[in-house]
Amino acid sequence: MAQEQKQPRKSSQEETATEEVVESDVAERKEMIDEDVDAILDEIDEVLESNAEDFVKSFIQKGGQ
Amino acid sequence: MSVRRVMGTEVEYGISVQGQPAANPMVASSQIVNAYASSTAKARRARWDFEEESPLRDARGFDMARQIADPTQLTDEDLGLANVILTNGARLYVDHAHPEYSSPEVTTPLDVVRWEKAGEQVMLDASRMAAQVPGSAPIVLYKNNTDNKGASYGAHENYLMRRSTQFAEIVRHLTPFFVSRQVVTGAGRVGIGQDGRDTTPERGFQISQRSDYFEVEVGLETTLKRPIINTRDEPHADPAVYRRLHVILGDANLAEISIYLKAGTTALVLAMIEDGFIDRDLTVEGAVRTLRDVSHDPTLKHLVTLRDGRRLTAVQLQMEYLELARKHVEDRLGADADDQTLDVLARWESVLTRLERDPMECATELDWVAKLKLLQQYRDRDSLDWDDAKLHLIDLQYADVRPDKGLYHRLAGSGRIQRLLDDAAIEHAMHEPPTDTRAYFRGRCLDKYADSVAAASWDSVIFDLPGRESLQRVPTIDPLRGTEAHVGALIDRSDTAQALVAAITR
Repeated sequence: MAQEQKQPRKSSQEETATEEVVESDVAERKEMIDEDVDAILDEIDEVLESNAEDFVKSFIQKGGQ
Repeated sequence: MSVRRVMGTEVEYGISVQGQPAANPMVASSQIVNAYASSTAKARRARWDFEEESPLRDARGFDMARQIADPTQLTDEDLGLANVILTNGARLYVDHAHPEYSSPEVTTPLDVVRWEKAGEQVMLDASRMAAQVPGSAPIVLYKNNTDNKGASYGAHENYLMRRSTQFAEIVRHLTPFFVSRQVVTGAGRVGIGQDGRDTTPERGFQISQRSDYFEVEVGLETTLKRPIINTRDEPHADPAVYRRLHVILGDANLAEISIYLKAGTTALVLAMIEDGFIDRDLTVEGAVRTLRDVSHDPTLKHLVTLRDGRRLTAVQLQMEYLELARKHVEDRLGADADDQTLDVLARWESVLTRLERDPMECATELDWVAKLKLLQQYRDRDSLDWDDAKLHLIDLQYADVRPDKGLYHRLAGSGRIQRLLDDAAIEHAMHEPPTDTRAYFRGRCLDKYADSVAAASWDSVIFDLPGRESLQRVPTIDPLRGTEAHVGALIDRSDTAQALVAAITR
């Protein structure tokens, strides 16, 4: 009987542990994605033409085919 | 039944002279072409031979009168604009107010990618060479299709087809495919409407660069009243046997997988049409309107209404074609299907399946999704509305051909967009022609006998030989002759053009 009571407790402890691992995994992955987004946007910020409004306004083409 | 077919693409590049928005684009385009020609031409520069061109021939069986044609349609008049033939068999020239690169004829979708990407590098080199001319302002080139102020310029595809196929059948089966294929082939655009002025909130991005510029279902024009199916019938090959399907509604793609699937899936559908294999009517109600509606919905939920009353998303409509194409390949080729045909089918299916689940799953493969993902990240970080100039700038700069400034190049360079070819393969294709079409003969002649080639075109090479009064025209009317297998050894052992022409005409 005592053993039977122990079993679920143990497994519920394990479950909590697993959940924690999964949660921290997700958090880590999200952090990595966020970092990746930050990295790419930082990189692109550096090469974007400086005055967006002027640049876009002066990009005028003649029609083609 | 396979993706193999004689094909080629033509891309008009957007052009801007830095610091001089009022600069004449025809002059700037000529500077680009001339700079490349002067730096690469070994000797005399061969001119383009216009003899066989007929831009007013209509696939429906008549010719448009020259007097009623818009001047922009008279593409066979030599206006003295820069126009050169490259050793890879391509044509580099000024078309209207844009520099244009027409790829050599190839036979597989991967080779379409190879020689189209080579064209981007040609344009990049050309702009660098033009910048070295003293006193010239830097010229920047963009592989896109619109200035978002009403002007659009094209990225055309050409597919050689059997003349015996009824043109009405092509129109019937190709129109629904073209209306829906943009979910795979779109390059993405910030702005709705021809002049980009429709700024309805949450409607700022659309899938295709070109879709808003199409106004009729079928027609001959390419610069006004643009048609979904263009009827220009100028095969540059034996007209009794072939027609050239001139496709004008595609976007200029940078992502290699977008280009690959555009050529590959279209080739599969054309094979089915030629074979009379499409057993169902997928006609779309209001094709022109539908083309825009599909483009305007990047969630891919828009329902297309078919004439038979069915309502499907554009992805589902593409799946109908995919299913037919699979059956067609299985039925006609079975275990003998070639690897590239199977690869196109597999990638097409994979992309459609993921687009249906969540378009963002294709962000490392397709231009429009990669662009939208980047824009969305900027919107999230900086809380930008769709009419913010920064988002328009990102759209434009995605297509900048410079590796340090172009955002496509930044994404591909850091592995965020997948590639099919490496830089070395593309570099090779800038100089070497395909080996399996007549482009091989053209390119090798330009490379080896530059001094003696007076002119060339898709279907001829014209020699000016010492001691001969008249020019010697060698017709190359069959796109699948003049290959390495046909003439490689002959060119190898002919030290001069005289020897080559003597051997050919003997």
